[in-house]
Amino acid sequence: MKRIEAVNDFVVKFANVNGSGSASANELFAKSFLRMGIPVSPRNIFPSNIQGLPTWYEVRVTEAGWLGRRGGVDLMVAMNPQTWDKDVREIDPGGYLFYDNTKPLPQSKFREDIHVVGMPLTEISNATYTDARERQLFKNIIYVGALAALLGIEPGVIAELIGEQYKGKEKLLKPNLNAFQMGYHYAEETLKDAIGLKAQRAYEVGDRIFIDGNAAAGLGMVYGGATVCAWYPITPSSSVAEAFQRYCARLRVDKESGQNRFAIVQAEDELASIGMVVGAGWNGARAFTATSGPGVSLMTEFIGLAYFAEIPVTIIDVQRGGPSTGMPTRTQQSDVIACAYASHGDTKHVLLFPEDPRECFEHAAAALDLADRLQTPVFVMTDLDIGMNQRLARPFTWDDARRYDRGKVMTEAELEAGKEFGRYLDVDGDGIPFRTYPGTHPTKGGFFTRGTTKDRYARYSEEGPVYVDNVQRLLRKFETAKSLVPQPVLRACGRKTRFGVIYYGSTSPAMDEAYGALEAAGIAVDTLRICAFPFNDAVSDFIAEHEQVFVVEQNRDAQLRTLLMNELNVDPAKLMPVLHYDGTPITARFITAEISERVRVLNVEPLKKGKAA
Amino acid sequence: MTFIAKPRLHHPTLKQNRIGYTRRDYEGKVSTLCAGCGHDSISAALIQAFWELDIEPHKVAKLSGIGCSSKTPDYFLGNSHGFNTVHGRMPSVLTGANLANRDLIYIGVSGDGDSASIGLGQFAHVMRRGVDMAYILENNGVYGLTKGQFSATADAGSRSKRGVENTDSAVDTVGLALLMGASYVARGFSGDKEQLVPLLKAAIAHPGAAFVDVISPCVAFNNHSGSTKSYDYVREHNEAVSRLDFWPSRDAITVSYEEGAVIEVPQHDGSILKLRKLDGAYDPTDKIAALNAIARAAADGEVLTGLLYVDPSADDLHAHLSTVKVPFNRLGEQELCPGSAMLDRINASLR
Ligand SMILES: Cc1ncc(C[n+]2csc(CCOP(=O)(O)OP(=O)(O)O)c2C)c(N)n1
Ligand code: SF4
Ligand SMILES: [Mg+2]
Repeated sequence: MKRIEAVNDFVVKFANVNGSGSASANELFAKSFLRMGIPVSPRNIFPSNIQGLPTWYEVRVTEAGWLGRRGGVDLMVAMNPQTWDKDVREIDPGGYLFYDNTKPLPQSKFREDIHVVGMPLTEISNATYTDARERQLFKNIIYVGALAALLGIEPGVIAELIGEQYKGKEKLLKPNLNAFQMGYHYAEETLKDAIGLKAQRAYEVGDRIFIDGNAAAGLGMVYGGATVCAWYPITPSSSVAEAFQRYCARLRVDKESGQNRFAIVQAEDELASIGMVVGAGWNGARAFTATSGPGVSLMTEFIGLAYFAEIPVTIIDVQRGGPSTGMPTRTQQSDVIACAYASHGDTKHVLLFPEDPRECFEHAAAALDLADRLQTPVFVMTDLDIGMNQRLARPFTWDDARRYDRGKVMTEAELEAGKEFGRYLDVDGDGIPFRTYPGTHPTKGGFFTRGTTKDRYARYSEEGPVYVDNVQRLLRKFETAKSLVPQPVLRACGRKTRFGVIYYGSTSPAMDEAYGALEAAGIAVDTLRICAFPFNDAVSDFIAEHEQVFVVEQNRDAQLRTLLMNELNVDPAKLMPVLHYDGTPITARFITAEISERVRVLNVEPLKKGKAA
Repeated sequence: MTFIAKPRLHHPTLKQNRIGYTRRDYEGKVSTLCAGCGHDSISAALIQAFWELDIEPHKVAKLSGIGCSSKTPDYFLGNSHGFNTVHGRMPSVLTGANLANRDLIYIGVSGDGDSASIGLGQFAHVMRRGVDMAYILENNGVYGLTKGQFSATADAGSRSKRGVENTDSAVDTVGLALLMGASYVARGFSGDKEQLVPLLKAAIAHPGAAFVDVISPCVAFNNHSGSTKSYDYVREHNEAVSRLDFWPSRDAITVSYEEGAVIEVPQHDGSILKLRKLDGAYDPTDKIAALNAIARAAADGEVLTGLLYVDPSADDLHAHLSTVKVPFNRLGEQELCPGSAMLDRINASLR
């Protein structure tokens, strides 16, 4: 029988029961590779429920550093009887099944073409522990120990991680170490060489950090100067506000008074959370909310108000599978259109597309600056895949010379000196007017903010020309935004090619890997990673320079493609959608296969000018 | 249409308050509401209240929802910043604004449609949070701006101008505010300025969530017989529980008052509420008694006005969240950004 043999390049999947304490054991497993200098990319696959339902944790071990999901499973750690059949089916031929053989299972429960490694986990655990909870928790650590022995993970590395986790909690440290040792020795003695997958010390992790995008975004909000956070719990965004809370408790408490330089309000719903952000932004504080699709739907009336009344607002949208409640614990990039044009009437909003936790941090802080500069809502469009999975990323950096860009705010001194103030007056052609914070001056600079039409001096007016003047200025402002948002990232293959690929956000790691695979297959493509909306000229140029552009996205309706067509007037035939939207993160295998096949077809029937492919 | 600013010629004989402002300085644009609308009387009472309180107009932020009532912040305190938000959501915007700058005075203006229908949730939650504000509900029992539909505060059995009877029971705004945790609850009548001005003054000075429901007849759609929010109906059925006088702390309390029981309620900030009780048994610091009185009056078809409840030891959301004394909108990188050295430490902990 075939036996998959691999060093530092395989996928291990854990099938567990939600709430069984497996999460921390699995994380321990993943981190042990990092400490051996081998990159990993783990992903949680979990249900919308707290206890009892199946949950999976997929760890891609990849010395080459591919952080996207690979697809396929080399080793299944099957700890959930409920999903047994499905889990066993998923293993690649020649792969491995590790399971608890305390209770014997009929032969029919296995497969002929895989290698089965059984270990009496329950028996070992029950023999050592009496408390039911302990038995469950330590069983998890025992399998981590066994896997370490089977895969060649250095036991010292795991001992070190356990030591860090239970620093100062001696009572927990020892039994965890013991459980780990127990599993390790058992496997070492009785399961020698049962698995052909091996970990070997490497030097590929470097100074990278391991963090989830939501925590990174919360930290970015602290660094970016957000003081007000209003939110309403929703998967997969809740951990943004929770991280902000955690970091603020550490970094934003005034040492002398013990008082907080932040306010976090868990609102009654998303209408209230965005309302609070609008109020705080209007009054000169940096404020944000974090939400997901259903929350954005509720917020749209306020988003229109903030657009029209020109109030800085920062929204982190951690996208999940839609529509409606959709797939709340699965990933998608399906709020692109909903956010770009959120609210009734003619509206357009600035979107940022971070590709990983490092950019979640950067874009969070950048969004606060952009919102103040442009006096408008700014969305950070992350998703569940980036937000809720720990990912290797370049370390965070911050330039201490950096100053917050508070935008055009007229001061008391300027007003006093007689500088002309018109709240909606375009003084320098960029479409951005000056504002004043409430309470600035006793007689100058006061104005009435409203969602109704107004003239340049904020006076109510329903005159047609006054309305047109105002909304045209908003368009000029959106033009200005093009030069302020993060610029797209070009990867030129260095050869002449008629094919281009556009992608964004969490598709990045899969695309990076697919790029290499396509190249190896002799398919040359240039790629452009879009980092923001509105699109600037580099995007139009890229499309113009290629005969056929693949737009890779994680939604059904090719939403970014629609946005490109709509905003850049591109011939739809030029933009060929490559879509992955089943709720699992897109893979390099998928992208490579899709693009290869289309290129093959296009090469057989060369494009006639102006004809749709 | 655009509004023409009123001429601001200060007559030398106009009386100035302690900080040198005349009543004119507290006025706003010319109202566009119907002549005789109760809401305009409330604006006038607010102008009087702010003038009497010697508050610098620009230190006030005015927020409102949508409706005839919510338009009124444009008609008083013209030099203050105002924000006409979206229908029913003023409370959240006010909450955020208050968090951004704790040094301003916040006044929220709303209507009964705005607060009791579309905005009932936000109305309830802003009281729970104890946001420091004076929340004025200009209650006419109808949707004025959309031309006369019943609102959720219309009493069951009352009739619309077209003769339709309302069969839904009414939302009791003062009872609800009290239950939700408002620490100052009062009800006034737009037609009784003498009672209303002190109620507003005390609400503005109250260091927590203050709610004033003001019955404010809509002359266009709800001032006919059959309405329970008409001028005539309210005058006939008004029962005042207490007359209120309000002294900011610096004033010596040397005012003579009429016969009758008087209680003084010292507030957190040292100011004093003085109550001249019309109803001998009424104690506005007793929440349960207040709820009882409101329920009884409603059962008797009476409109209870006056100061219904005050918690003299009230505090606010900033106290609950233990925020710094400096307004957030004045904090900069120095106070907010932990810097690169700290970030290096955080990076190290993530390896
Ligand atoms: C989301 C939304 N729905 C409906 C409206 C229409 N609308 C405007 S004002 C109003 C009712 C206002 O009634 P109330 O708050 O009692 O104010 P009044 O005019 O009586 O003072 C309605 C329904 C709106 N502006 N927004
Ligand atoms: S319609 Fe009613 S509430 Fe509106 S302005 Fe006229 S009288 Fe006032
Ligand atoms: Mg009304």
